[in-house]
Amino acid sequence: MDQIIIQTLHGLVNGMVLAMVASGLTLIFGIMDVVNFAHGDLLMLGAFVGASVLGVTGNYWLALLVAAVVIAVLGILLQVTTLRPLIGRDPLTTILATFGVSLVIQKYALWQWGPSVRRISEPVPGEFTLFHLQYPWYRVATAIMAGLIIGGLWLFLKYGKYGIWIRATTQDRVMAQAMGIPVPLVHTAVFAIGSAMAAASGVLFGPFAGVTQTMGFDFTLRAFIVVVVGGMGNLGGSILASIFVSLLEAYAAIVVSPAQAVIVSFVVLVLTMLFRPTGLFVPTPK
Amino acid sequence: MTAMPAARPRPPAAGYWIGFTVVVVLLVIAPLVLPPFWQRFATEILVWGLLAMSSDILIGYTGMVSFGHSAFFGLGMYGAAAALLTAKPPSLGLALLYGLVAAGAAAVFVAYFATRLRDIYFAISTLVFSQIFYVIIFTWTEVTGGENGLTFGQPRLTIPGLWSDRFTPVTFHWFVLAVVVLSYLLVRRITQSPFGMVLQSIRENEPRTRAIGYHVERYKIVAVMLSGLFAGLSGVLYALQNKFAAPDFVFFVVSGEVVIFNVMGGMGTLVGPFAGAAFFLLLREGLSRFLTEYYLIPLGIIFIIMIIFLPQGLLGFLRRRLNT
Repeated sequence: MDQIIIQTLHGLVNGMVLAMVASGLTLIFGIMDVVNFAHGDLLMLGAFVGASVLGVTGNYWLALLVAAVVIAVLGILLQVTTLRPLIGRDPLTTILATFGVSLVIQKYALWQWGPSVRRISEPVPGEFTLFHLQYPWYRVATAIMAGLIIGGLWLFLKYGKYGIWIRATTQDRVMAQAMGIPVPLVHTAVFAIGSAMAAASGVLFGPFAGVTQTMGFDFTLRAFIVVVVGGMGNLGGSILASIFVSLLEAYAAIVVSPAQAVIVSFVVLVLTMLFRPTGLFVPTPK
Repeated sequence: MTAMPAARPRPPAAGYWIGFTVVVVLLVIAPLVLPPFWQRFATEILVWGLLAMSSDILIGYTGMVSFGHSAFFGLGMYGAAAALLTAKPPSLGLALLYGLVAAGAAAVFVAYFATRLRDIYFAISTLVFSQIFYVIIFTWTEVTGGENGLTFGQPRLTIPGLWSDRFTPVTFHWFVLAVVVLSYLLVRRITQSPFGMVLQSIRENEPRTRAIGYHVERYKIVAVMLSGLFAGLSGVLYALQNKFAAPDFVFFVVSGEVVIFNVMGGMGTLVGPFAGAAFFLLLREGLSRFLTEYYLIPLGIIFIIMIIFLPQGLLGFLRRRLNT
């Protein structure tokens, strides 16, 4: 029973972080048909930048901000140099190109920071007692942070002027262009936002398990899974799917080892693609 | 007397066969003149090239990008390992058989589910399936040896009733070359058969192929299975060469490299993947001399540049001639 409560909390917290990763990924996919294979590696790079800034300044929130900004700038550079020339080509070529980017980033991180695990110290000290169980505050704070960032993104997309530009471009690229929206600029901005969110989630996730240069692939795969389970390009769906998949994995980890618990999310993905390829959390298409 | 009906004009294939013979002859001579290191290197290029070629059936001819070929390759390796560890004395034929059965079984499984999906969804699902196999192999320590993998001895090269001898690097190279050349000719024949034509029409226009009345899913399933079998074959060869099977080769990185070979060499040419593998491995060899494991940084950049500026790959300009 205790374990179930703990795993539920773990699942919810991990789900919120994953939701943040996935919302960046799905935003990028929704607007430019780019399947960003390097998303997890941007997260990893963000976590490393965050860890370095934290090491120098000792301020976690500053580290979060700097990591997001640095990776956003990197995202802009990547989008302009690598993805912009590929617009109009088969979406599959973008998988290949971002896969190349992911290799480069991974090895760069290895070169820059070495193979050892970096710790990011917990931003919020202490634990709280739920019934008779101890649970660290920083995990809760992380989930709330992630929720706030996702909420901010949602509000921006819903009501912000540029958010409306982004949604217009998602719906109809040509029409948006005709209405005077600078579509190439929107693409770059969206990639920057997605990258920044990945970096921020990297810094948020850092205290959980440390930062290594191989963590990116794991996140890329999970983010793919929840984005497909939630419905490609659907923000709300991928958030729900993140929490759903993370909870399932957390419960599975009670029975089998965490390494094997990953298979649960693979199975969810396969079942979703077979029986409901448009996504679990979207209304049935007419 | 009626005149013979005029033969259908065919593009001249003589040039192709001359080129083919020259390359094969060069590859036969290669191990005799190369120093041991490069001898081994040449064999390895052939093995990786075979794996990449198997993937080309999907990427180049059917228009489906598989990010899961490591599963078939790895299962080929583990199948060979199973045969070589259980059968006494170790037999080459059994290793091939077990490897192909293991890879084929995995391919049936993946094909059944993954072919219902298209484009990136197919790519992601093959990736996920290969990771499922990876996790199983990695965690099932009692059977697969877990992280350490399995090591075994090399079987003897046996042609029943004719020949039986230990493999030397040179005979092993010839053995691999023979398997690769036969596989290549077989796959080439398949891609030019009516079946192969249907695959290519799926690549060009899937809805129209369906509208003509072809059962597209069935063709795709067979394509994935074929591809998986040849990938498994290359896995067996790799296991025989290195005398081990390890979970690293089931990991997604191998699948990624396979796709890189295809893109670099030229998709839809069957020969291109070999050129891509050679190009990649040579670059890796050259770069890792002074960059050690960071060779992937320049290599990744070269790969991206090639995607943008040379999407047809190194041999893409020969595509038409190679398919006549």
